[in-house]
Amino acid sequence: MTPIGAGLPAAAADPLEDAVQAARLFALAPQVFKGMVLRGASPAREALVAALGEALPLRRLPGHVDDERLLGGIDLAASLSAGRPVRQTGLIEEARGGALIAGMAERMDGSIAGRLAQALDEGSAALVLLDDAVEAEEAPPTSLTERLAFHCDLSASRRWQGVALAPPAGALADVAPLDDAALGALAATAEALGVESLRALIHASETARGLAALAGREEAGKADLAGAAALVLAPRATRLPPQEAEAPPPEEPPPPPDGERDDQSDSEQQQQEPDLSEILVEAAKAAIPAGLLESLARGKAPRRASSSGTGQKRKAATRGKPLGARPGMPRGGHKLALIDSLRAAVPWQAVRRREQGGDADAPIIMRKEDLRIRRFEERAARVTIFAVDASGSAAAARLAEAKGAVELMLAQAYVTRSEVALVAFRGTSAELLLPPTRSLTRARRTLAELPGGGGTPLALGLNAAREVAEAVIAKGRSAALVILTDGRANVAADGSPGRPQAAADAEAAAKAIAARGIDALVVDISARPGPEGAALAQALGGQFLALPRADARMLQAAINAVQPSARAA
Amino acid sequence: MARFPFSAIVGQDEIKQALLIAAVDPSIGGVMVFGDRGTGKSTAARALAGLLPPIMAADGCPYGASKEDQARYPEVCGQGKLVKRPVPFVDMPLGATEDRVIGSLDLERALRSGEKAFEPGLLAKAHRGFLYIDEINLLEDHLVDLLLDVAASGENVVEREGLSVRHPAKFVLIGSGNPEEGELRPQLLDRFGLSVEVLSPRDIEVRIAIMRLVAENERDPESFAARWAAEDEAILKRVAKGKARLAKLEAGEDVLRDAAELCLAVGADGLRGELTLMRAARALAALDGAKKVTRKHLIAIAPSALRHRLRRDVLDETGSTTRITRAIAELFG
Repeated sequence: MTPIGAGLPAAAADPLEDAVQAARLFALAPQVFKGMVLRGASPAREALVAALGEALPLRRLPGHVDDERLLGGIDLAASLSAGRPVRQTGLIEEARGGALIAGMAERMDGSIAGRLAQALDEGSAALVLLDDAVEAEEAPPTSLTERLAFHCDLSASRRWQGVALAPPAGALADVAPLDDAALGALAATAEALGVESLRALIHASETARGLAALAGREEAGKADLAGAAALVLAPRATRLPPQEAEAPPPEEPPPPPDGERDDQSDSEQQQQEPDLSEILVEAAKAAIPAGLLESLARGKAPRRASSSGTGQKRKAATRGKPLGARPGMPRGGHKLALIDSLRAAVPWQAVRRREQGGDADAPIIMRKEDLRIRRFEERAARVTIFAVDASGSAAAARLAEAKGAVELMLAQAYVTRSEVALVAFRGTSAELLLPPTRSLTRARRTLAELPGGGGTPLALGLNAAREVAEAVIAKGRSAALVILTDGRANVAADGSPGRPQAAADAEAAAKAIAARGIDALVVDISARPGPEGAALAQALGGQFLALPRADARMLQAAINAVQPSARAA
Repeated sequence: MARFPFSAIVGQDEIKQALLIAAVDPSIGGVMVFGDRGTGKSTAARALAGLLPPIMAADGCPYGASKEDQARYPEVCGQGKLVKRPVPFVDMPLGATEDRVIGSLDLERALRSGEKAFEPGLLAKAHRGFLYIDEINLLEDHLVDLLLDVAASGENVVEREGLSVRHPAKFVLIGSGNPEEGELRPQLLDRFGLSVEVLSPRDIEVRIAIMRLVAENERDPESFAARWAAEDEAILKRVAKGKARLAKLEAGEDVLRDAAELCLAVGADGLRGELTLMRAARALAALDGAKKVTRKHLIAIAPSALRHRLRRDVLDETGSTTRITRAIAELFG
């Protein structure tokens, strides 16, 4: 069961096996491991949840749960009918000793996540998150995934029968703590995989002990450590380990730690076997989920993703949602929040009845201050998507201007509450370097890393930009494209070279954007602007700006000058 | 779960220093902690509260009123006699509603007896202690505004739903967040006294030490706490002495000049930077048991006090901290 596979090829086992092992660990000590994220709706996941439910009572956490239900408090309805306060226990309390299970966790509200994160920290809750995210933008709140030990992706699992959690052979408390060599090996492995969070490390060390407990051992051995690296560290990897594991090996004793450890340093053992951390790195590498592995290999993974590869884009989860009600009058475009208004009025009824005397025929006495209005997150409105031509024909300087302009726009985003996204195209591909964000920190880093050179796959760039714009519009906001290029396409949509085909593809892509009614601005900042840029702008139904020798500030000013006249989508 | 002992926190000197300064001089105006997840931000903040000496507060008073509060707010704080209670530490969840934060109608009493009474919120609970908000950058702006307002004025005024209450709410606001997930508006940022950047320790030895300590704490929190009690006690004494010393310390003309020059050199907008820098240097001197505030204190605290106040030049890749240390090197050698 345990993936001891030092050096085994990645496709060794069904992902369900690891998940079963994780579930056994979780059931063994829910408070220690805090929970698991199960990604991908599949029969395997259902079977696993059912099996977990046998070992550990699971309580469903509805997505629309409110504070009172979650934390407990006064049950308003029951209180009113009883005429005295009736307390209800919260779900967190009710699930004590078991775990809460949340479906569609990628849609979980930030406020609920905040509550749960606190409960997890206090050790009063354990959590199973079912993550059904399809789009890369969606993911359960990182504040939760970060705290849960196990992240399992079951979308590729082909098994679902005969899933059962074998009972543990021992208890976690019987397993000796890891010695420094073992801790060091785990730390080195985390380092090699680019896992920075200390929580992950702590989870990994407990997992090693847990695996020993499952097997009835009293000490965590090499296999347990390897298993822990595979179960906890691998799914959080943000980079591939260096080929020759050059992780700083702390003085390495023979792996199976001997029981006589005391809290002070017990070193002076010599090493002859293969380095423990190398074994762990190999084990973890074999367990990195395939999709993640691919993007890591292309060097594209977010450097600091703190959860299973998609987690860093969580801002999307809070966007465009209703925010709950606030006191106020329903005028000026505000809508009355009826239920909230009634809720606000209800507790006052006894007071008001007494104050008003015999006016008992009104079923409910409302006052102006009871009125609540609905609010939606006021995010803004606009997302400016930069599509930057990073090809060889775009001189290095131009790229620098584009980068500068994006940063300036971002700085402005604080004030206007708009966001910026960045698509770059070069060589034979286009990629979304920066999903819509207001974070200057992220943007600056991404920009700094943007390389230049290669052909000009204009069609690909336009298509990628359109996709981002469509996603933005689908979320109820408006998108504007700013395309920085000279318009001289020489790579076609399928990645093959050749000017005529490339130009035709680019025109088709531009027309697709025009057909969607997306605002577009083409900025040509090459030293000698040709007719191609203007032609592109025309196909886009957008505007054209030729700005030879523009610096970042001029560029920004120009973009600002153009934008207000653009239609609001 | 038992709190992790403050003195058992490995590394993280800057956040520890900032928190202790805030404990010595709460008027410093809050601490903002930037950092990735899993770097021990919350652990440090929570540990501090467990460390501080108990306060004398009116018995049964929901606000934990001091003697002065009782005199100033006789109608809300009552005249209960003073008893010892731990320094409050309120962990405010991200989803907290306005009602919950500032207080609202006491539902229970309204339902039971038709009485109109005020139920104090988190601000009341945090009075004379700490209000900690993880992921403050994801909090709604109007709530952050409100918190900073109350933190600055030391008083919470509630005028809503026919309730009219004024109660003391002096607390140190500690916010934390990861700037990669959205930044705080500069206007709000500026109102925090100190800001700290926390990085995950990169040194393997340090990481091992942390894992070991956490595991020990989890296994047997009581004896773990007992083992660190003496060191925690020593820090507590330092804080108490620093508090007593603070009033006697005054920054001299030379230090004031240094502060002004430094703020000018790094381009820290506004007077608030200078004031905070001075106050923080003074608190640090008090904490160190120094006889007077010196340039050394100023330099030690300058990054925390100014980092979040620099005008942003987006084309300048240099981090704020670097800009400050560079300016210090240029000015003071």
